[in-house]
Amino acid sequence: MSKHHVTTTINGEPVEYLCEAQQTMLDVLRDELNLTGSKEGCGSGDCGACTVIVDGNIVCSCLMLGVEAEGKTITTVEGIAEGDKLHPVQQKFLEHAALQCGFCTPGFIVAAKALLDENKNPTEEETRYWLAGNLCRCTGYDKIIRAVLDAAALMRGEAGAV
Amino acid sequence: MPRVSYTAPATVDDAVKALAGAAGLAKVLSGGTDLLVQLKSGRLKPDLIVDTKRIPGMIGIREEGDYFVIGAATPGVLISAHQPLEHAYPGIVEGVDLIGSQQIQGRCTIAGNLCNASPAADSVPPVIAARARAVVAGPGGRREVPVEEIVTGPGRTSLQKGEFVVEFKIPLPKPRQSDAYLRFIPRTEMDIAVVGCAVNVTLDESGACTDARVVLGAVAPTQVIVAGAAEALRGHKLDEDTLQRLDSAAQAACHPITDKRGTIEYRTKVAGVLARRAAAIAFDRAATRGATIAGAV
Ligand SMILES: Cc1cc2nc3c(=O)[nH]c(=O)nc-3n(C[C@H](O)[C@H](O)[C@H](O)COP(=O)(O)OP(=O)(O)OC[C@H]3O[C@@H](n4cnc5c(N)ncnc54)[C@H](O)[C@@H]3O)c2cc1C
Ligand code: FES
Ligand code: FES
Repeated sequence: MSKHHVTTTINGEPVEYLCEAQQTMLDVLRDELNLTGSKEGCGSGDCGACTVIVDGNIVCSCLMLGVEAEGKTITTVEGIAEGDKLHPVQQKFLEHAALQCGFCTPGFIVAAKALLDENKNPTEEETRYWLAGNLCRCTGYDKIIRAVLDAAALMRGEAGAV
Repeated sequence: MPRVSYTAPATVDDAVKALAGAAGLAKVLSGGTDLLVQLKSGRLKPDLIVDTKRIPGMIGIREEGDYFVIGAATPGVLISAHQPLEHAYPGIVEGVDLIGSQQIQGRCTIAGNLCNASPAADSVPPVIAARARAVVAGPGGRREVPVEEIVTGPGRTSLQKGEFVVEFKIPLPKPRQSDAYLRFIPRTEMDIAVVGCAVNVTLDESGACTDARVVLGAVAPTQVIVAGAAEALRGHKLDEDTLQRLDSAAQAACHPITDKRGTIEYRTKVAGVLARRAAAIAFDRAATRGATIAGAV
């Protein structure tokens, strides 16, 4: 079966790759492009560890085909920091110890960043609903929610709000 | 995933040709949130995937004449963000909104929800309650079908080889018409309906119901239009007697199964309760809408 040639933009860079139709976007990121930050927790849309931003919306990259990326703009967890400068969400995850094993963390970081791009001042409830598609078996979620709300406060220029 | 071919045609005609001409099983890909799960689990082994999202008009919502037209590949996030649609049919938006997480919302479509043909599909009851029609393209040209005629049983549809849904046409609501969709699940997010209920009503100036459609999900092999429930509402305000008759009619229409989410008895009882609650919300919205229209004159 012939491979598909895909031209797309990932983390601000133009990218071209060849993939087979049945390869998911997650397979392409991890196996073809060596972007292994996105994780495969379930492969069925339930855990959110594979979350990426496609044309402004978060999606599960395990439920998208690599060929569908043609002409799209994609952000993965590798594209969240600016050079060495961590994104406020990443910074606050460290400060609040919002991770233990870390397997869920890339998905949470990407989903939370997308939330704060869209809503500068989310309530705790809005934050919990937005992140309902991200599962964490370690932290019990509370520290994650605190970290995201604190990152939102930092981005609004209010220090130490939570 | 097993090997499969993929094509992303640029026109409806090319999509029909690809679907009709495929040697083995050909499946339409919209958001993939059901299809890719089934491919991975091996439940489905298509030879060809036809991605319809590159066809102009498949994604987006427009008003055309007396209808909202929703492109079949329009994802949940765009449907929730469309204010005129949300104002006209809050119940449809509620149904779509309940599908999965924010990540799933970035991809899931009404067409996929419908054509996957699960009795528990959340967007389908309110779309049927709105008397929406599906525009189906196929080798014989285009035809328009009431949405309730698409699903024939769990996992089965009336679509023929080569056919696919291009768009949905939803009539613009009348004055004092509104709707609501409620689903019951054991938790607050990320679960499959035990029962879903959509109610769409039109009221007269006095607040009495002139037209109604009540649709239940997850209580039978397909969505059920409860004619008896609409009859109970028509000509009445939402007094206790009417609510009682609505409740009984909804329960009588149930032919559910017992599974880990609920027994037959439980689902039947919940169907009556949800019908009452959804009707109360729909009546309230319809009355409020009447007030804003009167206020505007
Ligand atoms: C984590 C998770 C949570 C979920 N939660 C819910 C929920 O709460 N409620 C709910 O109802 N569903 C839920 N779903 C199921 C699924 O997301 C929905 O059914 C969704 O609407 C499917 O739309 P899609 O565009 O992704 O469909 P796809 O996967 O693209 O397609 C589904 C089926 O429909 C066919 N199809 C798609 N488009 C067309 C078309 N235009 N014409 C003809 N056939 C077509 C496909 O060939 C396939 O058989 C969930 C799924 C996941 C993974
Ligand atoms: S790996 Fe994609 S949602 Fe779990
Ligand atoms: S930190 Fe281990 S799963 Fe979340």
